[in-house]
Amino acid sequence: MLTVFLQFLFSGLTVGAVYALVGIGFNITYNATSIINLAQGEFVVIGGLMMWFFAESLKLPFLVSVAFTIISAGIVGLLMERLTIKPLKNPDLLLMIMITIAVSIVLRGILMFAFGKDPYVYPSFTEGEPLSIYGAIIQQQTLWVIGITGFCIILLFFFFKKTMVGKAMLACAVNPTAAKLVGINVSRMVMLSFVLSAVVGAIGGMAITPISLMEYDKGPMLAVKGFCAAIMGGLGTNRGAVIGGFIIGILESMTAGYIHSGLKDAVALIILLLILFFKPAGIFVSKAMHQLRKF
Amino acid sequence: MEKAPKRFLVVLVAALSVFFLFVNAYAKEPYRIGALFAVTGPASFLGEPEKNTAVMLKDQINKAGGINGHPLEIIIEDTKSDETQAVLSAKKLLENDKVLAIVGPSTTGESMALVPIMNTAATPLLSCAAGAPITQPVKDRTWIFKTPQYDISAVEAIYGYMKKQGISKIGIITISTGFGDAGKKALLEIAPKYGITIVAEEKYGPKDSDMTTQLTKIKAAGAQAVINWSVGPGQVVVTKNWQALKMGIPLYQSHGWGSKKNIELAGKAAEGVIAPLGRLVVWDKLPDKHPQKALLKKYTQDYEALYKSEPGTFGGHAYDAIMMIVEALKKVGPDKKKIRDYIETNIQKWPGTGGIFNMSKDDHCGLDKTAFEMVVVKNGDWEILK
Amino acid sequence: MKKGDLLSFLIFILLIILLPVISGSTYTITVGIFSGINALVAIGLCILMGYAGQVSLGQAGFYGIGAYISSILSVHAGLPIVISVICAMIVAAVAAMILAVPALRLKGHYLAVATLGFGEIIYIILNEWGPGGPSGFGDIPHFGLLGYTIGSTTGYFYLIWGLVAVVMLFSINLINSGTGRALRAIHDSDMACNAMGLNVTALKIKVFILSAVYASLAGSLYAHYVTFISPSSFSLFYSILVLMMVIVGGITNLWGAVIGAVVITVLPELLRRFEELDVLVYGLILTLSLMFFRKGIVPILIEKIKKLREFAVAKH
Repeated sequence: MLTVFLQFLFSGLTVGAVYALVGIGFNITYNATSIINLAQGEFVVIGGLMMWFFAESLKLPFLVSVAFTIISAGIVGLLMERLTIKPLKNPDLLLMIMITIAVSIVLRGILMFAFGKDPYVYPSFTEGEPLSIYGAIIQQQTLWVIGITGFCIILLFFFFKKTMVGKAMLACAVNPTAAKLVGINVSRMVMLSFVLSAVVGAIGGMAITPISLMEYDKGPMLAVKGFCAAIMGGLGTNRGAVIGGFIIGILESMTAGYIHSGLKDAVALIILLLILFFKPAGIFVSKAMHQLRKF
Repeated sequence: MEKAPKRFLVVLVAALSVFFLFVNAYAKEPYRIGALFAVTGPASFLGEPEKNTAVMLKDQINKAGGINGHPLEIIIEDTKSDETQAVLSAKKLLENDKVLAIVGPSTTGESMALVPIMNTAATPLLSCAAGAPITQPVKDRTWIFKTPQYDISAVEAIYGYMKKQGISKIGIITISTGFGDAGKKALLEIAPKYGITIVAEEKYGPKDSDMTTQLTKIKAAGAQAVINWSVGPGQVVVTKNWQALKMGIPLYQSHGWGSKKNIELAGKAAEGVIAPLGRLVVWDKLPDKHPQKALLKKYTQDYEALYKSEPGTFGGHAYDAIMMIVEALKKVGPDKKKIRDYIETNIQKWPGTGGIFNMSKDDHCGLDKTAFEMVVVKNGDWEILK
Repeated sequence: MKKGDLLSFLIFILLIILLPVISGSTYTITVGIFSGINALVAIGLCILMGYAGQVSLGQAGFYGIGAYISSILSVHAGLPIVISVICAMIVAAVAAMILAVPALRLKGHYLAVATLGFGEIIYIILNEWGPGGPSGFGDIPHFGLLGYTIGSTTGYFYLIWGLVAVVMLFSINLINSGTGRALRAIHDSDMACNAMGLNVTALKIKVFILSAVYASLAGSLYAHYVTFISPSSFSLFYSILVLMMVIVGGITNLWGAVIGAVVITVLPELLRRFEELDVLVYGLILTLSLMFFRKGIVPILIEKIKKLREFAVAKH
């Protein structure tokens, strides 16, 4: 029984780590701009597919491929912000979100032409047998995904709490006018947030591809799950996104294990709704904090 | 500036005369058929090889002089894997392009949405989707045919083989789309006939990244084998999870497994996976005198030379549908009713990529379980099981 | 009704009557039918967003409820189609109320996710327990009224656009009434309305139910036109598509919803010649139109017309 339970738990952790990484990406753009960038899922796909391109197709060394993948994702994020977000002066938030949806359609189209419709995969970061704990197995790549998620959170924590740039970025979303008054270059901060979220998304994509495979149209599903994770925990808090991601992942897995696999997504969503009805701003965001933000 | 209209007139007359010369050179008017494939959207793994096949066949046929001297024209529309788009595209083909017959669509849902339209328009539809309700009941599906094998036939092939292996308790895991659902229904329906009990019945979404939970449940339920019914990346993820869990029971896949790409993606994990496959993917392992061998070889080699990838089972469905229409056009000419009647009565012992077709008044598919071979993955290649 | 509204409404009716006569091809008329179905959903969302300031990513759920309930009732229970359609609207209204009471306390992104979650739950329910499951079910009867079945494409076109006209008439009147003014006040500030003694929550819930009823009606019409439905037509993608229609057309004007629905439905048809490139071109057109026609097509048109008129008056 324990073995079976542990196996369900590990499966939930695997899936949850994926959601958590996507959720963090949403938070970065949200923290700087209040926008939900619905092209976030496409950044993840870009990460997985570009990594395949550099590592498997061009056969570059592992670390070089990682570097190139991060750079290319960063460039996509940068272009997206400069071409579609920056030209709008005093934009409406809803309009910007719709634009991110339109951009995601364009990105998916480009990915389809570049990579075709087949899924791609490459070997795990470390070769070897999966670990066995009380008879339940956990794949090595899952540990990588969880480790990378943790690493990203710590880095982002220091970035937003300890560096000047990070603090300036947060200020932009809470009150752009005030931020401008104290001499923050808001436009540059917005750009930086897009680049950063693209990079985090791509890192997630690189890490999960050996487990889940990657194809051009995986983005929307990842975006929806990551969005739910970020909302469950409370938008803007990375701790929240991670806990939200793991809760959703584990709920899905436990529902599939103990109730029925056809209902796994529904149960996770019902719990999400219930949480929102009792904590309208997610688990980790207080009411007072929520009222500071318009969205 | 006043001269402009005059000059325009001269150009127009010149262009028109060239056009008419050209038309006269092509003495006979083209035969025009339509094709609806899910070239984009979630079912694009079906639509892509189907579209490629249609383009390739059209060029081959026209290069060889067309059909009785008439060039063949295939107008391909993308249904985006969406029923509404399928309806709109079909209306466009029927109304604006006035096609003689339609090949496709790629999925069961899209085909079902077209049934009333095709019956009203009295135009033959040769669907490339597997679902049994597409052609049944035949009396309400006068104008509808399909070329893929029935799901039931694939299940019969698997169960027949399992019986020989002494397997009686199985767990099934299916994708939560129309494809998986049709498979699930077939698996449940005829299990009793083969003395097979289904001890666990699991599902997963088309973009799910981990199925170990479902497989663990199947194992805990005491299954002697697991059948996965899906298409797309899900079947590779299941295969990888099956290997990682060291389940110790054989994994069977549906006929959707029939692409070398899957073996490549799953790598070592694919070793030992068993599936009922049409003969298209194992043509090189067939005896030379097999009636399907020559055409399978030509189709596969032509396709691979042109597109640098293998056609897979799904491209073959479009091949069969187009070739049936072409043969009918050759024999009876551009008459919708005659084309329909020809396909229903004259496609007999007709070797295609999907099997040897025997259409009739009661069966608008014409294939049974003999269309399948049980195939196992061995050393990264297919091997036919006896 | 205001003078301007009356004029646009008359032009609208004239266009509806003329289009099938001019076009002649049932393909064009079919495109018109789907535009009309989408317009019904878009009008509801437009009132909800543009006038009550609430976002919804769950309209596909109500659309699906409409399609499934009325199909099930007419196929399995043998009810007359009009009754089935009305029953479906009642079910959608009840579902909307159950969702709205807790959900409308949320704001912004949180409300978006709550409605998205609702839509996805409906989708999963249809997938798991809907007749036919993910494969869907067919042989749904065509729409009929008093024993007379509407089978022809043109007949269906008039039915759908007739209903769009009725819904528009009702909605325009609603917006110009006291309720409409209260709604606009909510859009600007919840708190001020509360202070003025308006029951903000009750109003929001009413509008939410109205948008659900419109979507349900559209879903029923879709099912009885195509005669086959499967859950995939009622997924999140449809909710986003409707949102796109409302934004492209112009959120601040009800005619924007209708124009947006027509534009977004017709656009992929016009892009057919690009074959596979159409996805890319479609995305680019959307991006650019969102960037350059920020207020939406209809509000911009109205501005242009006003300017022209001022110009003409000045010249006089």
